[in-house]
This record gives sequence, structure tokens and C-alpha cells, in this order.
Amino acid sequence: MTTAALQLVVRRTPGPGLTPAGARVQVTMPSNVDCIEHAVSLVARHCLAGVSPDARLRFRLQVAVAEALANAVVRGNREDPTKLVSIEAELLPHHILIQVTDQGEGFDPNDVPEPLQPDRVNGTRGRGLFLIRKLVDDVRFNARGTSICMTLSRQ
Amino acid sequence: MGFHTTRDDNGVTVVRVEGQLIVGNRQELKDLVGNALDAGERKFLIDFAAAGYIDSSGLGALVALSRRVRDAGGELRLSGLNEDLRSLFELTKLDTLFAIADTPEQALANF
Repeated sequence: MTTAALQLVVRRTPGPGLTPAGARVQVTMPSNVDCIEHAVSLVARHCLAGVSPDARLRFRLQVAVAEALANAVVRGNREDPTKLVSIEAELLPHHILIQVTDQGEGFDPNDVPEPLQPDRVNGTRGRGLFLIRKLVDDVRFNARGTSICMTLSRQ
Repeated sequence: MGFHTTRDDNGVTVVRVEGQLIVGNRQELKDLVGNALDAGERKFLIDFAAAGYIDSSGLGALVALSRRVRDAGGELRLSGLNEDLRSLFELTKLDTLFAIADTPEQALANF
């Protein structure tokens, strides 16, 4: 596992009254698939710090972030060592927003075929975006298709 | 994160996934099973009781391995999927492709 090249910035702000503290987590990683597990671990640890343990939420977050990072590293940046992937997570009282951005050419998420089609269901590829959509509560892309923003409800 | 391989008395190669099965290590699993297949092994059990999470590349690797083992006249089974991991197979309808047992003991009992 490669860890040295990851950069982590965490900013925590105290919440007013009884509301949970807000925080913003930023991780920058190289376009190397060997960095994904550690980046997922960092994001999950900081996003879920201080909240009541919820194994299902942790699992959904881990898989969704791992998928988004794999897409960014492999399809977006094409594993180009000169390009980076950035992860920005914003912790809100009721939601976690996680944005993953690559430096690639972008893609049209509407062009990704449905993996449950009979001719694809037993294929070896093409389930990543489908899984993200199933595991998180909302998915949005920027216009270029280089950035995905995923929303997970804490409830 | 890694794989631990044993061979039971009935000649089943048991691969225990320890940690994640994701894009960064799926090739290691494919090579491990592929090499055993080339060496003549035909019965494989991949156990997830000690696994964390799986990504779509990991699922794809399992599909590819299942096909390769079946084409060689063998069989590949899965075991030890917790509720979260099993949900990934159900969402992608891969639960119908694999023989999935709750525990490795159950999977090995009638292999």
C-alpha cells in the first residue's frame, strides 16, 4: 500500500448549540490504484469521526468512494503519474457530501450503459457508476464529467 | 489486505480474502487462482469472512475467474459474505451467477 504521496487537510469548525461540529476534509492523491485503499480509509475515518457508529453507512461510504476514486484514477486520469485526484468531503449535520475530481478529459455519465441488461449482467466491467448510484442518496456531476459529488444521508 | 490460500482434504483450494478486494489487488487474486488452475486444481472456494469491502473491479474479477474455472471444467464457490457484501451481489444480480454459502464449512461440505 502506498501512503507517502497522499496529502490530507482537515478543518473542523465547532457547530452552534447542540448541532454537530462541521468539518471539511481534503485529500489529494496521485493517479495510482495502490493509493485508493488508504485514501478511502482516511476519508471514512474523518467523515465518520464523532458520529454514532453505523456499519452500513461506513460500508456505503467506503464502496462509493473507492468506486469514484477508481474511476478517477483509471478512466479519468488514465493512471497518468503527472495528474492528481482530489477528494473533498463536507460534513453537515444530516448529510455527508463527497466530491471526487480528476484531471482527465471527462465523460458523459448518460452514455454509461445499464449493467443489468441481459447481455451485460454477467460481464466483467461496467458496474462502478451503477453501484455508486445504488449506495448513495444523490449523485451529481459537473458539466465536463471530471467531478462527481455524492451525498450520503447520516439518517 | 491480502489473500491466504489453503487446500482442504478434498482438494478444494480455499482462498481467504483478508481486507479489501478492489482495483488495486484484484489482479493478484486472478493470478493466484489462475496459477492454481494451470497447476491442475479445479475446485475453488473464495471466503469473505475476513473481508472488508469489494468494489466493482473486484466483482468483475470474480466473474472472470468463475468463467475461467467453469471453462476448465471446474467450480468456484463463494462463502462468508456478510449482509453488506451480499447486497453488492444482489444489486448487480451476481447472486444468481455464484454458488454462495453462509460459511466455508457449508460450502466445503458437499463440494
